Amino acid sequence: MKLTICWLYGDTMNIYGDRGNVLALAQRARWRGIEAEITTLGVGQELDPDAVDIYFWGGGQDREQIPVSSDIQGEKGTVLRQSLEDGAPMLAVCGGYQLLGTHYHPYGEAQLPGIGFFDAWSEAGPERFIGNVVVDSDRFGSLVGFENHSGLTYLGPSAEALGRVRIGRGNNGQDGKEGCVHKNAVGCYLHGALLPKNPAVTDFLIQAALQRRYDIQELEPLADDLEVIAHAEAIRRAEITR
Amino acid sequence: MGDFRLGLAIAAGKMSALSIRRLGRGGGTALPGVVSNALDHDILDKLAARVPGGCVVVAGTNGKTTTSRILAEILERSGLGVIHNRSGSNLVRGITAAFTEQVSLSGVPSGQIAVIETDEAALPEIVRRTKPRLIVLLNLFRDQLDRYGELDSIARSWKETLNTLDPSQTILINADDPTLAAISEDSPAQRLSFGFAECQYTLDHLPHAADSAICRRCGASLVYDELYLSHLGDYHCEQCGYQRPALDYGAREIQLHGLDSGELTLGTGDEALHLDASLPGLYNLYNAAGAAATALTLGMPGWVVQSAIGEFKAAFGRIERVEIDNRHLVLVLIKNPTGFNEVLRTLAMSEMVDPVMIVINDLDADGRDVSWLWDVDAEHLAEVEAPLSTAGIRSGDMAVRLKYAGIPESRITPLGDLDTALEQFVESVPEGRTAFILPTYTAMLRLRELLHKRGVVEMFWET
Repeated sequence: MKLTICWLYGDTMNIYGDRGNVLALAQRARWRGIEAEITTLGVGQELDPDAVDIYFWGGGQDREQIPVSSDIQGEKGTVLRQSLEDGAPMLAVCGGYQLLGTHYHPYGEAQLPGIGFFDAWSEAGPERFIGNVVVDSDRFGSLVGFENHSGLTYLGPSAEALGRVRIGRGNNGQDGKEGCVHKNAVGCYLHGALLPKNPAVTDFLIQAALQRRYDIQELEPLADDLEVIAHAEAIRRAEITR
Repeated sequence: MGDFRLGLAIAAGKMSALSIRRLGRGGGTALPGVVSNALDHDILDKLAARVPGGCVVVAGTNGKTTTSRILAEILERSGLGVIHNRSGSNLVRGITAAFTEQVSLSGVPSGQIAVIETDEAALPEIVRRTKPRLIVLLNLFRDQLDRYGELDSIARSWKETLNTLDPSQTILINADDPTLAAISEDSPAQRLSFGFAECQYTLDHLPHAADSAICRRCGASLVYDELYLSHLGDYHCEQCGYQRPALDYGAREIQLHGLDSGELTLGTGDEALHLDASLPGLYNLYNAAGAAATALTLGMPGWVVQSAIGEFKAAFGRIERVEIDNRHLVLVLIKNPTGFNEVLRTLAMSEMVDPVMIVINDLDADGRDVSWLWDVDAEHLAEVEAPLSTAGIRSGDMAVRLKYAGIPESRITPLGDLDTALEQFVESVPEGRTAFILPTYTAMLRLRELLHKRGVVEMFWET
């Protein structure tokens, strides 16, 4: 058995320890005896959705987001969107999350169109949200991470949030929501990196991939002692620091 | 006529430094600068202008404290009085405080030359105010993520600063860093360079923590003929022909001797200078080469450079050896992904098996977002057999990082709170053996306090 993890724009959108998410997906597959391959797809490269089991799309600086936004216009964006509609699992963080929505409007510059998979849109805000975050999610339980964004994201009527913000600011600092979930794709502002400290999300993505490719329903459990310690520690830090 | 405002500011700064120390509140390194700067806004400009031999500014993400300390040592051994922000307090107020302390009440400097270590973000203001004769630029790496924002904006502000210099001033750059080579190209100042001319220790590809190396002239990817450390190496651009500038001070015959020392030869022919450095790792050989090149540029004798580097003890916290309960502890400060990577690479290259404790805090000075741990190649540690402990506020995060680097959980011990972890870790080390502690900045401060309470090390401002 083998899973291919495709890191979208991994050569340019790779700040804030995003690699941790890709490592977590690969390692938790390998620890279950599943081979894991990590590929990256850059600007101008064609996307073959049949060759991908899990997508990861990370954050970038505004400067790096512009060529990416133009790259997903047309054919490539359509193929990616269809792949996600078909149930391909994805984690998108920060910049990637924003581009899964309909558009992102940077401050004083032209609007950057997204692929419109999430019923959500984003715009530059006046303030930067920086700090530890705890989110309560119906699907995944408590989630911990670190937010660092000035973009504000608003969910449309058909969009489901990833969870409610217990500590921190979340999507926009106003409605108490963080992230978005649709089909098997998760988008959010949580760095940290997210997946190593929140193995429930990692395993959800791996499970969805195994089901699609191999029709496997059950995921072998792993010992998560260290992850549990780090998760609890992050909740304590959020309580103290914000 | 005397400058009354200046005199008052100096006096107030000196008094506040004294009273902070009496209160036992640490080194008193920055507050005196705040006090004296408030009384005379131009105090730093005035004092810097009075230093007869001028000012040397040292900047870079990594190695600025070590390099400026080696440089100050060489200058002192050459018979010069040196004004130096020795404590590593390197923002404008800390530098002002150092000047205030090292002048008489009437504003006469106690030294002939000043060595100013400066923070990356403070460089433009420091250069504007002190008008240095020589600016030494060591490297520009991605630092902790939420401290300064984008690396690009620092590179831009440095370039603007360098472009305001005049031909009487000199820039000495580490030419192995393509960013430094590019931003210093158009400066009216004289430019000199140092770097590794030949080095057997190379990397196969850019480490993850390195920023992608882009030709700043044409935007194409740079090609490395040799890559030594992070994005430092011998490079060229296939598209526009841009290449590493010729080295005025090229290092050759580079040898590392585990965690103890290293050696190199700077220059060729009659002028070649062999340097034995009692500091480990390639990153420290860059520091030694940079300090030596600076001293030679300033006209210091080669034999003084050799003896100062050979006998240099690492600056506060960089590498420190202490004895505790008949165990040898080696303390190595980690402050960003590149620095951490090089420490791990040095440990892995020496195939060491001694216990290691990594202490991660997430206070302001450490970087509040521990995401940066995932930009570090902790995978280096999968190659060595050493037992690994983690501690500090983010002990759990580091333990998870090690686990996902492929290290078996049986080799990872999360010890949590540093105060209790230190005792547990020391007890786990067999008597007579060596162990390593790798703390982030505030963890190092706490570690020193704990060791001090046990009478093990002197506090840094007393040394």
